[in-house]
Amino acid sequence: MANMAQAVRMALHYAEENLGVTDIFGEDVGAPLGGVFTCTQGLKTTWNSPLDERGIISMAMGIALAGGRPIAEIQFCDYIFNTIDLLKLAGNTHWASNGQWNLPMVVMTPVGSGIRGSIYHSHSFDASATHIPGWKIVMPSTPLDAYGLLIAACKETNPVMFLIPKALMRIRGAELIPGEPGEDKALSKMIDAPLGDRSKWQAQWPVLEDPGIQIGKAKIVRAGSQVTVVSYGRTLPLCAAAAEKLAGEGVDAEVIDLRSLWPYDWDAIKASIEKTGRVLFVNEDTEVTNFGEHLVRRTAEQLFFKLLAPPKLLAGKFVPGIGLADPLEMASVPQQHDVEKSIRELIAIQP
Amino acid sequence: MARDAKKSSAAKKGPKVVPAPAPSAPPKFKAVVTHSDELPLDKELLLSMHDTMVKARVLEERLIAMYKTGHGYFWIGGPGEEAFNVPLGLLIKKGAGPAFDYLHFHYRQSATLLAMGEDPIGALRQMKNTASDPYSGGRNFAGHFSKKDWNIVPVSSPIEVQYGMAPGTALVQKRFGGDGISIVTGGDAGTAEGDFASCLVWSSRKDQELPVLIIVTNNRWGISTPFDQVQGVERISDRGVAFGMRTKTIDGNDPISAYLELKEAFEYVRTERKPYLVEARVSRLYGHSSASGANFATSEDDCIPLFEARLEKAGLLSKAQAKAIREKYTEELAEMARQVKEEPFPEPSTIWDHVFHGEQGKDPLGE
Repeated sequence: MANMAQAVRMALHYAEENLGVTDIFGEDVGAPLGGVFTCTQGLKTTWNSPLDERGIISMAMGIALAGGRPIAEIQFCDYIFNTIDLLKLAGNTHWASNGQWNLPMVVMTPVGSGIRGSIYHSHSFDASATHIPGWKIVMPSTPLDAYGLLIAACKETNPVMFLIPKALMRIRGAELIPGEPGEDKALSKMIDAPLGDRSKWQAQWPVLEDPGIQIGKAKIVRAGSQVTVVSYGRTLPLCAAAAEKLAGEGVDAEVIDLRSLWPYDWDAIKASIEKTGRVLFVNEDTEVTNFGEHLVRRTAEQLFFKLLAPPKLLAGKFVPGIGLADPLEMASVPQQHDVEKSIRELIAIQP
Repeated sequence: MARDAKKSSAAKKGPKVVPAPAPSAPPKFKAVVTHSDELPLDKELLLSMHDTMVKARVLEERLIAMYKTGHGYFWIGGPGEEAFNVPLGLLIKKGAGPAFDYLHFHYRQSATLLAMGEDPIGALRQMKNTASDPYSGGRNFAGHFSKKDWNIVPVSSPIEVQYGMAPGTALVQKRFGGDGISIVTGGDAGTAEGDFASCLVWSSRKDQELPVLIIVTNNRWGISTPFDQVQGVERISDRGVAFGMRTKTIDGNDPISAYLELKEAFEYVRTERKPYLVEARVSRLYGHSSASGANFATSEDDCIPLFEARLEKAGLLSKAQAKAIREKYTEELAEMARQVKEEPFPEPSTIWDHVFHGEQGKDPLGE
C-alpha cells in the first residue's frame, strides 16, 4: 500500500494527466529532490521556485488568473504565515470582483507535529486557514483520502488548501489506491526516485483512477453509539486507536474523520451527536480560537437539547511553540492517552 | 492631515525645467528632457490624449465631489497622473485571455481605463457603491477596478501585492506565445514592500525571463511621508539594474514623452519577452485620498495646463476649445452622477453571492 507521500505524488500525476494541472512548484519541489518529503518526484510540471513564500502564493494567483492550474507548495506551514494577506486576497478575489474572476489553485503544505520538528517545523495551520473565507480546506488522515482529496482539489474552480499531516507522511494505508500495485516494493520501484544520480530516471506511473472523494464529506471511521469523536489529520488515527481500546472497556465511540474543514460535513456530525448525545472534537492546533471551538459553539447552539454532556474540545496547548524535547512535544499536542482520558470524562458525565 | 506642500508654491506652471539643486540640498530627481516645443506625434493622437486626460480629470473631480456631498464613503484615485496613464491605456492590447495584456493595476488608474475606452459611469457607480457597480457590485472602494473582459484583475487595497502576481500571468503568456504581456503599476512608497522585490526576482530569472512591464508611478509621497525620508534610492528604476533588466526613469507629467517612452518599453517587452522597469515621475494633485482632504495641491505641477500650453503654442488647440472640452465632460459627468444617485444599493442577502465560484450563495451556518 502507498504511503501518503506516494499517494500525493500519484494524485499529482493523475491531475497532470487528466485535470489540466500546469504548474507544480515551490521550494525544492522540482528535480532532483522532488520535495523535502518526496511528494513531487517524477512529475512533469514541477519546478523549483525562489525561496520566497509570498512570491510562491502570488505566482500561483497570477497563473490561475491567466487560466493556468497551479499547485503551489509551501515547504512547511510554519513558513506560510507571511502570506496570510495573499491567502485572504485569493479567498476574496471572486467575491470582491462580484463573480468576475475565480482562482482555480491549490496550495499544499505539510502541517503539525510528530516528527520532533521543534518550534518551526511543527506548526498547525487549520485554525488559521479556517479563518479565511473563500478557501476550501482539506486535511486527510489516510493515503487514499490524501489521493482522493487532492484530485478533488484539482477539479475545483476555487482556491483549495491541502494540509498534509507530516507525521502521517510515511504511514501506509489500509486501502489500495485505485490503480496502484498491491506490493509495496513494486510501487516503490515504479515511482520512488533512486538515491544518487536521478538525471536519467523517469517514474513508471501505474494507470490510476479517481476514487471520487468529494470535498465536504466526512467519513465514519468507526460506528458507535455512546460518544462521538470528531477529528482530522494526525490526531484522527489516535482517536480511532483510543476508541478501539476503550471498546474493550465497554465504551462504544463513533469516530468521524472530518477530512474537509471547509466546507465541513455538519450533517454527519449532527446525525452522530443526535445519536450519542456526547461529542469530543480533537485537533492539534492551539486551543484558543481553534476550529474545534467553532464546532463546539455550533453544537451548543443547535444541538443543546440533544446533549447528555457538555461538548468538549481537546487541542494543542496555547503555547508559543512546540519544544524539541520529547516530553515538551508530547505535553503540547494531544496524544492517544489524552484522547482516552477525554472520552472517559465525557462518558462519566450523567445529566 | 497631510498636505502636498513639498514644493514651493511659486513653482513655475510653464514647461517643466528641472533646476539644478542648491548645493546644500540633496539632489532630487535627475532631469529628463521633456516638455519641449516639438510635438513629435500625430495631431489626432495629441488631441485625443488631451481629450481623455481632461475627461479623466473631470471624472476624478466628480468622484471627489460625490464623496464630499455624501454620495460615497471614500475617494482615492489618480488626478495628476493623466499624462502618464492615458498613453499607457492607449498602448495596451485590450482583450480577455493570455493573447492580450494582463493588467495588475493599483487604485490610481481611471485615466488608463478611459483611454482603453471604458465608460466613466462605472467609476461613479463604484463610488456610490450601487448594485450596478460593474467592478465590484458595491463591494469595493472607488478606483478598485476589475474587468475580466479586458484582463483587468481586481485592484485591491493592500499595497504592492499586484507586483507578485504579474509574473504569474506573464508565465502563462510566455508559454502561450503571441505578444501579450503583463503590466503592473504601483506607487513609489510601496516599493519598500517585499512584493516589489519578488517581482524583480521572479521576472528576471536567467533564461526564464518573463514579459512583465513593471511600472512605478513616483509621486514622492506615501500618504504623508516624503519618499526621501524613508528610502535612500535616488532612482527607483535603478533597482532593476541589479537584476539585469532594462530600466528607465521618465517624466510622467509629459504625455508625449510618456507615450514615446512607454511605446519603446511595450515593444521591448512584447518582442523580447523580458521585463522592463519604468519609473514615471508624476504629480499627486488631490492628496493621497479623501482621508487627507482631497483638496487641490497648488504646489504640484499639473500636467493638463502644461500640455494645453504646448498645444496652444503649436496652434493645435485654443484656450476656448480646451475650455469647451472641459465643460462638455463636466456636464456629462454631472448628468451621469445624477443618474447614479437614483440607482439602488445591493440587497443585503447578496453578501453570500460569489463566496465560491460555481456555487449558489448561502449562509453556511444557516439551518
